[in-house]
Amino acid sequence: MRVLWRGFALHLKMMMRSSFDGLLGVLWPLFFATIAFLMFRAGGGGEALVFASFGAAVMGIWSSTSTSAGSAMQRERWHGTLELLVSAPVHFSTVLLPVTVAMSAMGLYSMIATLLLSRFLFGVDLPFEHPVSFAVAVVATVVSIGAMGFLLAVSFVRYRTAWALGNLLEYPVWLIAGFLVPLALLPGWVRPLSWVLAPTWGVDAIREAASGGGAWPEIALALTLGAAYLAVAIAVLETVLASARRAGSLALA
Amino acid sequence: MTSVRIFFVGGLISFRALFSFLRPEVYIPSMLVAPLFQILLFVYIGRSAGLESDEFFVIGNAVQYAAVPCLFAMTFTIGGERFQHTLGYILSSPAPRLPLFLGRALPVVVNGFFVAAFSLAVGGLIVGIHVPASSVAPLALATAICAFSCTGLGLTGAGIGLLLREQAVLANIMFGVLLIFTGANVPVDALPGWMQPISNALPFTHGIDAARQVADGASLSDVSGLLATEVALGLVYGAVGYVFIRNTERLSLRYATLDRA
Repeated sequence: MRVLWRGFALHLKMMMRSSFDGLLGVLWPLFFATIAFLMFRAGGGGEALVFASFGAAVMGIWSSTSTSAGSAMQRERWHGTLELLVSAPVHFSTVLLPVTVAMSAMGLYSMIATLLLSRFLFGVDLPFEHPVSFAVAVVATVVSIGAMGFLLAVSFVRYRTAWALGNLLEYPVWLIAGFLVPLALLPGWVRPLSWVLAPTWGVDAIREAASGGGAWPEIALALTLGAAYLAVAIAVLETVLASARRAGSLALA
Repeated sequence: MTSVRIFFVGGLISFRALFSFLRPEVYIPSMLVAPLFQILLFVYIGRSAGLESDEFFVIGNAVQYAAVPCLFAMTFTIGGERFQHTLGYILSSPAPRLPLFLGRALPVVVNGFFVAAFSLAVGGLIVGIHVPASSVAPLALATAICAFSCTGLGLTGAGIGLLLREQAVLANIMFGVLLIFTGANVPVDALPGWMQPISNALPFTHGIDAARQVADGASLSDVSGLLATEVALGLVYGAVGYVFIRNTERLSLRYATLDRA
């Protein structure tokens, strides 16, 4: 537990001092949120603006994870610390998981900024009916997206330009997780893809809690999917590390 | 003759050297697939918001995506020299500055045009928009002009970038501003009043408008005013960028800060 917490706090501090992760992490989703608000307002606004506000707020959590998590292991490799971390007397997953959860936690900055933007600049009357379940839904969303980032980090480890793949995943998840577009508008074949994405349930839980609905089933689904990503990622990590040790290729990609 | 060689050959060599990392495994996801997802994202938001047609968003986002190769490449084409510790050699060379810096812009314009044209063609096919065959050539011209004008803004970014440590942050911010203000997704006349003068002073706004009009059947002469404004903006931004770079060059020599930010 101490390794998890220390790793989380350390990486959060490092990212908060980076203009790319910190400043741009807040501004980038705000650009898209602003366009979405302008589009929904030009199209009539109303309830759609409330829907878009909470969706846009979660966009930043995914952005800060997708753009950085894919290359999380690659970065350690560049710094020359990957071998040291892998040979440490704790399981490597307890080193890497806090890094990706810290990345998703950085998205909370942009979440708050987006909600303030929608309330004070666009005058959206945001409901917060169930503050407790809202807070739990936010934490569940951050943790499950962090677990998804962990899965990306270990899956892309053999790919030298993982950052390009991570960047590529930003828009599709914004779209198919229903952040700004109701899932009913997407083609039917996309629906199963949406269901296996934790952000879909995370943003649903946040909307339900805010509007006074029962958010607990969605929270449970987001956390369950997060746990599933974690289990798959640890299995992938074991395979990758075993292969790298056999071939002596941990420092190569 | 030397200036012509520096412009064409020097520009191409510097592009190949600075962007050696643009191999297919980076180029395809970043330059060819990502714009298609941006188009789909805004097409669906547009449908959800009940705003404009699919064609509006396909053209707006395909053309605007030229900002990625144009802004990032121009910013990096100068800043990247510092990153690779070659900026000092370039600035101490006797090469004339105008062909030296502008030559670097030519491959960027070509690449920006290719990315936007590919996004327009494939994005249009995926979403299913129809553009008359007679509109293809004027549409291509409008797209090329947009790539040119945005590269002009990129040159300004390159000058500012010499004063900053994180040039990628600057390029991302410029991309976001262009996405909001240029009418790529929200018609300029639907933007708040204070935003519209800014929109009219930015690259893409007039070019995207022209591209939409020619796709709807307008002739090239109908949109010549818009395209001329777009070209003029590109020239102005390019000139500002060139002056900025020359000034930062002088500053860096005076204070010995060439390799610092």
